[in-house]
Amino acid sequence: MTGLLRSVISRAYAESPNVLHVLYALQRQFLHISDEAVREVASHLELPTSQVDAVIEFYSFFHRIPRGRYDILFSNCTSCGYMAGGVNLMAVLGRQLEIVAGHTRGDGLVSMDQTSCIGMCDHGAALLVNGIPIVSLDVAMITRIAALVEAAMPLEDWPAEWFHVEDNIRVNGLLLKDDLPEDISLRAIFAHGAAGTLSEIIHSGLRGRGGAGFSTGMKWQLCREAQGDAHYIVCNADEGEPGTFKDRVLLHSYADRLFEGMTVCAFAIGAKQGYLYLRGEYRYLLPHLQTVLSRRRELGLLGGDILGQPGFSFDIDIVVGAGAYICGEESALIESLEGKRGIPRVRPPFPVTHGYLGQPTVVNNVETFIAAVHILRRGSAWFKAVGTEKSAGSKILSVSGDCAAPGIYEYPFGVTIRQVLDDCGAKNAQAVQVSGPSGTLINSAEFDRKLGFDDLSTGGSLMIFNQARDLLAVIVNFAHFFAHESCGFCTPCRVGTVLLKNGLDKIAGGHGTRYDLDEMQRIAALVKYRSHCGLGQTAANPILDGLQRFPQAFEQRLVHRDYEPHFDLDAALEEARQVSHRDDTAAHIE
Amino acid sequence: MIRQLTLNESDNMSADTKQNTITIDGQEIPFLAGQTIMDAALAAGVYIPHLCHRQGLTPHGSCKLCVVDIASKNASACTMPAVAGQQISNNTPALNEARTTITQMLFIEGNHICPSCEKCGDCTLQAMAYHLGMLDGHFPQFFQRREVDASHPTVMLDRDRCILCELCVRASREVDGKNVFEIAGRGTNARLIVNSASGKLVDSELETSDLAAHICPVGAILIKESGYKVPIGQRTFDLHKVSEIGLEKIVLTKVRQPDE
Amino acid sequence: MSKIRIATTSLAGCFGCHMSFLDMDERLVALLEHVEFNRSPFTDIKHCGSCDIGLIEGGVSNAENVHVLREFRDNCKILIAVGACAINGGVPAMRNHFNLRECLEEAYVNGAGVENPQIPNDVELPLLLDKVHPIHDVVRVDYYLPGCPPSADEFLKILGDLLAGEAPSLPYNLLHYD
Repeated sequence: MTGLLRSVISRAYAESPNVLHVLYALQRQFLHISDEAVREVASHLELPTSQVDAVIEFYSFFHRIPRGRYDILFSNCTSCGYMAGGVNLMAVLGRQLEIVAGHTRGDGLVSMDQTSCIGMCDHGAALLVNGIPIVSLDVAMITRIAALVEAAMPLEDWPAEWFHVEDNIRVNGLLLKDDLPEDISLRAIFAHGAAGTLSEIIHSGLRGRGGAGFSTGMKWQLCREAQGDAHYIVCNADEGEPGTFKDRVLLHSYADRLFEGMTVCAFAIGAKQGYLYLRGEYRYLLPHLQTVLSRRRELGLLGGDILGQPGFSFDIDIVVGAGAYICGEESALIESLEGKRGIPRVRPPFPVTHGYLGQPTVVNNVETFIAAVHILRRGSAWFKAVGTEKSAGSKILSVSGDCAAPGIYEYPFGVTIRQVLDDCGAKNAQAVQVSGPSGTLINSAEFDRKLGFDDLSTGGSLMIFNQARDLLAVIVNFAHFFAHESCGFCTPCRVGTVLLKNGLDKIAGGHGTRYDLDEMQRIAALVKYRSHCGLGQTAANPILDGLQRFPQAFEQRLVHRDYEPHFDLDAALEEARQVSHRDDTAAHIE
Repeated sequence: MIRQLTLNESDNMSADTKQNTITIDGQEIPFLAGQTIMDAALAAGVYIPHLCHRQGLTPHGSCKLCVVDIASKNASACTMPAVAGQQISNNTPALNEARTTITQMLFIEGNHICPSCEKCGDCTLQAMAYHLGMLDGHFPQFFQRREVDASHPTVMLDRDRCILCELCVRASREVDGKNVFEIAGRGTNARLIVNSASGKLVDSELETSDLAAHICPVGAILIKESGYKVPIGQRTFDLHKVSEIGLEKIVLTKVRQPDE
Repeated sequence: MSKIRIATTSLAGCFGCHMSFLDMDERLVALLEHVEFNRSPFTDIKHCGSCDIGLIEGGVSNAENVHVLREFRDNCKILIAVGACAINGGVPAMRNHFNLRECLEEAYVNGAGVENPQIPNDVELPLLLDKVHPIHDVVRVDYYLPGCPPSADEFLKILGDLLAGEAPSLPYNLLHYD
């Protein structure tokens, strides 16, 4: 066993030295990471065993207890989750396979659990089986999946169409039309020079597409000017915000443009190495992305003396995450790239001066790099002419929820929510969650608001909820998401997100009073204003927005009593009833 | 890496002092380049509540007790560099209310049953709660059930009381030159783990003389056979307020006494 | 002027807070000018009548604790959690680190010196909750008086504030959790 362990470790390490990759290889091979494996990894990678342990426990896709040979993870997102069709598909599969969520079946054949949004929101209910997505689930498919699992049918022999993930591009804009010849931007940067390239990006007014909207040109410039042994470029493809899937499509169908954009950035800031940090949920895209990288190397678009430009060398490695939303926060992502737990760093200093390995680093969203390519191809004026004054260019939206045509929509900034709702065939919308759970929940009176950094800032997600939706259930779902994804570093977020989750469960369960609602408001404010990073600072947004815009969603569930216990008194007696074999009247509390 | 902080009184009096000051609650406070707001405040004898901070160790910024408001923004005083002209609010009712709530969160997240804890009277978390006038934990208890490790001959680890401040993690790395402690897990499942093949303290490099064995602000890491030796009335926080801690110029030494 | 009516009880507690209350000694005489006791171990009245102030010592460990606590909440205008156990479960809550079954088996089945091992199941016995809870997990609590036990001075301070019609508060030197 030790021999096999060591060979898996050394083979994986040769492919990629990142501990996440080595742990993935072990998880895949042995379905868990044993104590012995931890020691071997620590020894091989010269890491403390505690660091290896800490990393395993931090990421959702690593396990110390064996998972099944079929490891099934249902998304729990409001758009692609197991409840998406109104039926609890996870419970259906659980009944058919006689398995409880979170557990591995006794025979080791199958394990089942839920996981945070897997980015299939335009396809209805979805799951990952051994990391590969199956989309558009319904009860009939679940029944067939159960049968295939029981028959131990290899995944290659499952119906191929189940694994087919569509791009679903509904509206093309500046970036998605993409009708220019290959790699013209690289010729353009050589003509511009590094300073000229930077200047184009600065003049274009391009701002980060991840949602925060920092000036891309300024970021590149700060990084270029920062002193360091090396400069790095990181593409943040950890698209974990529930309801967001545009990067999935960009990575699938526009990977060349992305890598071209990273190369443009490398030229501008003087970087030789770039990393694509791909979320673990998109691992199925890895072979495709690696093929694209190989081809670009063969064409001289990556590697040494790119396109014959002496001294311009740059290459890109891909590091795959392992189930942690927090790694979408750029400094947590860098920690993860360094093989550590994804804990957001103290800022300042910022990554532009102290990023990967402490060196100046640009971290940008997939879409930002692609936008940079188009700016270099067509010029900053062309880009700036589109959108609004403060929000130049276009935004690619992931539209999901209650609409006829969920998918990818690209609009100039400044487009109204109403326009998007009309285009995607959303009827009777009562609310839209703009930019995912960490964004803004708006009501129908606000549908004329505009997408852009000066009004509704967005990383690209629009989740639509019609009149039939129970908005409180949506907000509860988001609260569970944040409590699950909080990294645990700072007190307000670590404890506060759990208090919010529990409090909302109490209210949604019909046991909340006015007191509990006031508590939610107070805790939410603390979590928002006192947390360490963007996760905590936005985790309470759905609750605060909900209380402000949809108070009735909460109030109609309240019980009109002075106070309700914080736990189920009668349920708390159940263990004693069992131990004492009692079930008399006094053995219950009403 | 230990950040050595040396404060030269004469520097404070130098001509450019005027430029290098911050203002905390209306009081002008000098600072040196590289100092955080916390460094400057403590050096000037101004208390900013803190649990995860210890002068000489890399600032952490996780407990969030030291939240201050700088103009309309908020920041952790222990990690935010002092910048000339900063107008900082510290000892305000709103901030102290937030601090009380955060302290309550720490109390209910772990099992802080003061009467049965050896650290009682020497516990910084408890003293912080006194400082803030906290009367109760307010929120529903989380009822943690984390593993107790009593394997080490002289040091014991009660994880139910850990507040995840990572002082021991940093002390072990930065002062003791070891790497005994680490945090594993995520969110409220985060917990202190030990760097040894068995995961037990006894198999780690921890020694009684390590700073990491003594730095715990709560009763999570305890020196065995020393509990209750100091009678009530003479314990650290019977004699001192938490606001007096950290104001002295601390010289870190490797050997610490249990009754420190 | 009619006297302020006070009820007291101990749930899962040790009556130490009550003992501490009595540590007022001669000051009790002056206090009794202003207050009278309803249900309390001091009076042996078994049920709580309509009262101004209820003082609850001890955490909520079993079904009977819940019933008594509710009776107090229903009948007392002001309910005060007294002592560490009422406030966060205190020493009885140390059992929360274990399953209830483990606790009962240790006490009644596997413990040293146990004869006729069996877990009690008489219907007269109140069933234990799976965890010991602070009282504010079950009812609304108006004020908290920490300490293990709170000193007589603390009782006097908080009652004095209430008698004076003020919101009770504890100065720093009276605040302690042990």
